[in-house]
Amino acid sequence: MSLRRPAKNQPERFEFNTLSLDAAKKIIAKYPKGKQQSAVMALLYIAQKQNDNWIPLAAMKYIAKFLDMPYIKVYEVATFYTMYNLSPVGKYFVQVCTTTPCMIRGANKLVEACKEKISKNESELSADKSCSWMEVECLGACVTAPMMQINDEYFEDLNKEKTVEILDKILKGETPKPGSYKGRVNNEPENNRKTLMELKNA
Amino acid sequence: MLKDQDRIFQNLYNDLGSDLISCQKRGDWVKTKEIIAKGREWIIEEIKNSQLRGRGGAGFPTGLKWSFAPKEVGNRPHYLVINADESEPGTCKDRDILRFEPHKLIEGCLIASYAVQAKICYIYIRGEYFVDGQKLQTAIDEAYEKNLIGKNAAGTGWDLDIFIHYGAGAYICGEETALLESLEGNKGQPRLKPPFPALIGLYGCPTIINNVETIAVVPTILKRGGKWFASLGREKNTGTKIFCISGNVNTPCNVEEEMNIPLKELIEVHAGGVVGGWDNLQAVIPGGSSMPLIPKEKCETLTMDFDSLAAEKSGLGTAGVVVINKDQDIIKCMARIARFYKHESCGQCTPCREGSGWMWRMLERMAKGEASKDEVEMLGDVTKQIEGHTICAFGEGSSWPVQGLLRHFKDEIKKRNKFDPIVKENKNIPYLVDQHLLDKNA
Repeated sequence: MSLRRPAKNQPERFEFNTLSLDAAKKIIAKYPKGKQQSAVMALLYIAQKQNDNWIPLAAMKYIAKFLDMPYIKVYEVATFYTMYNLSPVGKYFVQVCTTTPCMIRGANKLVEACKEKISKNESELSADKSCSWMEVECLGACVTAPMMQINDEYFEDLNKEKTVEILDKILKGETPKPGSYKGRVNNEPENNRKTLMELKNA
Repeated sequence: MLKDQDRIFQNLYNDLGSDLISCQKRGDWVKTKEIIAKGREWIIEEIKNSQLRGRGGAGFPTGLKWSFAPKEVGNRPHYLVINADESEPGTCKDRDILRFEPHKLIEGCLIASYAVQAKICYIYIRGEYFVDGQKLQTAIDEAYEKNLIGKNAAGTGWDLDIFIHYGAGAYICGEETALLESLEGNKGQPRLKPPFPALIGLYGCPTIINNVETIAVVPTILKRGGKWFASLGREKNTGTKIFCISGNVNTPCNVEEEMNIPLKELIEVHAGGVVGGWDNLQAVIPGGSSMPLIPKEKCETLTMDFDSLAAEKSGLGTAGVVVINKDQDIIKCMARIARFYKHESCGQCTPCREGSGWMWRMLERMAKGEASKDEVEMLGDVTKQIEGHTICAFGEGSSWPVQGLLRHFKDEIKKRNKFDPIVKENKNIPYLVDQHLLDKNA
């Protein structure tokens, strides 16, 4: 079990903007009448997007009222799931997978790169407060290990040099290209494909 | 090697495109109406004949699962839920289906929904796969536009709505009842079974939950016949399976192969061999991190299917093959897996919540050579205290890999850890404390 605590400095108010409000209404319509509580996960996610990648307590209270459910239930959900950031993480949130399949292919080098470029400790904002990193558990791209996730995008088949390159870009405010950094567009064996050969040449 | 025409996922490597028109060209949404016209008994019978077993890890017969849904719809609607919360370390097959073969999944949803009389289908995708989920959403929108799902879906007279629900980074939500809790907007903590979800599931209604790969192979099985599927592999372990080969191999890859394929063929032919040669192989985790590892000697002759791996006291699980060579420290590898389970335990049952942390801390010390001799036996004892004493199978999932390590690499651990009992050395090692006190975020 992971222990997660909300940030000390909390904003006083939170409200959905029109964009978020529209998205929230669309999501509630997915679930049967009276079961709007199901939308809580998606709404927390929307709140997180609107509020620079993290969820303040005020947003949880707002969502509880919005969905007509107890505040503690929203709090429970927000603290249970690890993708909800309870304190500021910066505009670029870097998550490095270090579970065994990535670890044995050198994920520690990616961690080193993050330590050098972003901040010495994980979950700590970089000097310009634009970015932070943390080690996470399996992100489900084991065949293209080692890999990391920045916001929604996956960056795969990395090594230290390529990670440094990517981090340099985001620190300059540029958007690096997501996907495999060995040029793979899929999970086929690199230069060793033995199946579906006719389609490859088609 | 399996013949190319017998591969179900022709677009596993995205040579052909994943839009509706390309998918229809390779046979998706063809004859869907005719299949459904044959009736739900025929569909379930054909799936039973194909001997398809669930691809999510447990390997439960799919036809049998569908037949548990109530025959008549009472005052509670039925639901179909697709489990795309793929988080097992070593596994990344469902992601490729979501992004490259979305219409196989959607067509499968329609057929399965009809078979279990569900009019609403939820697809639970792990939150990290947001981009891949958006690709599936595009495919769903396309299908709605062409009236392949929605009212009178594909002209079959059956109404079906498909919705995507994103998770938020909890491994435990891959457990079916935890997934239902999460869908209802609660913490993802598993429920006691019985009652089984087939009778009391989502919102208390009958619910059938299947893995992505299971549902995605259904249309092809019905089009080519259960007999064809059953002719691949061997009795009770039929058909094809996507294997994910990762770790210390030269060309890690996903590949669809026949069940019962030799492990050596998977590694040597498809994955380009072990880094440093076959003799440099140390051990293989055959089915995602929860399955006990298999040492090199047994890898020579091992075949990959549910029953032959169970005979080796391991399991096929999700078929995520993690290859570990001799350059790696096997104890450290298992300690990292133990840390994964410590992090992902939902905290509901004490043996798992506390025990997973014990196992992690003991293994970390064993990797450094700081444990005492008798702790090796104690670690085995801890795994036995967790296994079978929890609500869901997470207890087994977290203790089996450790048991596998103890079964095959006990000598290695003992060689490295030669301390006398802790009391004599007077070492301050906090293995009996509440794990939250050690949590670095606390």
